[in-house]
Amino acid sequence: MTATVDDRSGGTPPPTRHPRAARARRSRKGALTPWMMLAPGIVLFAVFMAAPIFYTLALSFQKEQVKGLGLGGDSRTREFAGLENYVATLTDPEFLASVGRVLVYGLILVPTMLGLALLFALLLDARRTGAKSFGRVSIFLPYAVPAVISSLLWGFLYLPAVSPFYWIFEQLGWDDVPSLLSPGLVTFAIANIGLWGGVGFNMIVMYTSLKAVPSDIYEAARIDGASERQIALRIKVPIIMPALIMTALFSMIATLQVFAEPTTLRPLTNSLSTTWSPLMFVYRDAFTRDDVYSAAATSIVIALATFAISFFFLRVVQRRAFGQED
Amino acid sequence: MRSTLRTGAIAAIAAAALIMTGCSADSGSEGTADDPVELTYWAWAPNLDKVVDLWNSEHPEIQVTVNKQDGGDPAITKLLTAIKAGSGAPDLIQAEYQKIPTLVASDALADIAEYAGDDVADQFPAGVWDSVTLGGDAVYAVPQDTGPMMFFYRDDIFTELGLTVPTTWEEYAETARALHAADPTKYLGTFSANDAGWFAGLAQQAKAEWWSIDGDSWGVGIDEEPTQKVAEYWGGLVAEGAIDNKPMYTPEWNAALNDGSQAGWLGAVWGPGVLSGNAADTAGLWKAAPLPTWDGDVSNGNWGGSSTAVTSQSEHAEAATEFATWLNTDPEAVGALVEQTGIYPAATDAAASILTEAPEFFSNQPDFYDVAAEAAQAVAPFTYGPNVNVAFSAYNDEFAKAAEAKTVDAFLAAVAAMQQVTIDDLKDGGFSVSE
Repeated sequence: MTATVDDRSGGTPPPTRHPRAARARRSRKGALTPWMMLAPGIVLFAVFMAAPIFYTLALSFQKEQVKGLGLGGDSRTREFAGLENYVATLTDPEFLASVGRVLVYGLILVPTMLGLALLFALLLDARRTGAKSFGRVSIFLPYAVPAVISSLLWGFLYLPAVSPFYWIFEQLGWDDVPSLLSPGLVTFAIANIGLWGGVGFNMIVMYTSLKAVPSDIYEAARIDGASERQIALRIKVPIIMPALIMTALFSMIATLQVFAEPTTLRPLTNSLSTTWSPLMFVYRDAFTRDDVYSAAATSIVIALATFAISFFFLRVVQRRAFGQED
Repeated sequence: MRSTLRTGAIAAIAAAALIMTGCSADSGSEGTADDPVELTYWAWAPNLDKVVDLWNSEHPEIQVTVNKQDGGDPAITKLLTAIKAGSGAPDLIQAEYQKIPTLVASDALADIAEYAGDDVADQFPAGVWDSVTLGGDAVYAVPQDTGPMMFFYRDDIFTELGLTVPTTWEEYAETARALHAADPTKYLGTFSANDAGWFAGLAQQAKAEWWSIDGDSWGVGIDEEPTQKVAEYWGGLVAEGAIDNKPMYTPEWNAALNDGSQAGWLGAVWGPGVLSGNAADTAGLWKAAPLPTWDGDVSNGNWGGSSTAVTSQSEHAEAATEFATWLNTDPEAVGALVEQTGIYPAATDAAASILTEAPEFFSNQPDFYDVAAEAAQAVAPFTYGPNVNVAFSAYNDEFAKAAEAKTVDAFLAAVAAMQQVTIDDLKDGGFSVSE
């Protein structure tokens, strides 16, 4: 990041040759143009991003209090709550447990997903691989299936009574194959759905950046006697490191926001609570408990945590990956 | 003097005019055929608009427009939003019984006691009427349909295995054990941690009072003897493996209903619709019986059911109440409701005169609706509180853990946890809670 900033300040010399008056007139005339072009974006951002964020922030410092039985209109008042909602969220053992569950989920999902995506991308990029476009499309296709639909499909496959897998297990005489929806395994069941949908997308990102690498680098490596595996590990992987970092960051953010899969699977099993993931916790507060104030505070906490983790990750990784460029 | 007289006369005329405009405004709210009162009605029951068409053709002075909703929960969320916003609410809304206290607490419903008197109350069983009055003097809705619980069982499997239909819970437990022993793939039922309304119905039958109004405070009585008894009973059956512990309404459950692995179901009067939808091939194999009782003490619980409520934003509460009363008590309207929407009407007498032929799925049991009527009459009173949603989601989470743990202690702990969550939520919200 610092490198780009330095580049820009040093790279473009100030245009001193133009007469000052003419330059001012032209810039005043043209000054509006970028703003007009930006206007739709700015308006949409303000209305649909900034305003809701500020509203959420405002809600998070409030609470609703009732008096007595709470029946009738006058008994309900909105009060300033200070940090009460934040304290409640951060000390709620259920919230902390949901964060813990999602961390375990992320530890299972992210390395597996990115590892497979990288493997597939390298295989598709290898010279001897056949049926490249078929392979690319079939690996990418699950990404096009909405998470709710894929969770329903996998839900059927996980339930022993209706799953063809369990039918096969039974034919093979394996009677005691545990259900993936049982308490100890349900995290794997959810991670598997994420894996199935996510590998293809990440593979495409990596594959695209592999395609952008000039092939003379590989030729040079081959002349130097490098094997295909050495080319893959010593040249391709380091070159596409920015893409790997980006996919890792996106995957981590997506992990923190896991919602659709566990919510869809929840009615099928006793192993998933209504607060399994942090976002489910927010959803329960907002829509089941009708308490948007706590939900707003928890949302802010999750957003700040996501921001902090992303920032920290980028700082650490960038220093390592791009250290030689500084 | 004269001028004062004149002023007086003018004042009198002005006053008379005011009164008259007041009158005409009133009669305006009653509506005429030329200038009808227009009411909007949010409801999700299928084909309800066809029933409302009957009303509209007979009552040109009050015209009702049905606005179809996605379902019970989204309609209520939308209504609460409109109430908070101060406008946009309909005149009438279809509200499930357990939602009424929440709606009243948000001041979303009008008290229609002055328009719906005792003659309306007399049409409904006392237990049902209680849920629309919250046990007080106010009336917040007119009951529409109810879900008295019933026990459905596979008659063919019972005959094959020589089982008798249980009439008490003790017999139910014995039958469950005998069935599972005779065929280990089969269960008489399942304990579903997903269906809080189902468990509430079972607790209601045992005379539980999950909420009560005690002067100016709420009482919460979930963790008390009746509910503990029910939880202990089911915990015991799950612990010994006599019944299943998986949730209802899953593909697995549907498959089990179809292949006989679930040979019984503690459902409600609307069960034929569920069974015919999920296990169509088993038509004619099921029979319905009253819910087993606790030692012969005839009592029942409700699972589901809804009412027609007038919202606090309606400017025509009287006309709306007139419509709601007609819809749910007039024999013609109730008949159309049964035919078009497939509900089981809350109005007892109307139900008895209309529901004479058993549902198609139960064509092997001509007295189906006699059993249903008996079940409906036996429903025990039950008051819902202002945070049913919280208690119900606590049920989901706590009993899911208990059903997996498969111990009686875990079931009792789940009841205690439900109680704690419900009370804590009331206190956090500022409600006064009596203990």
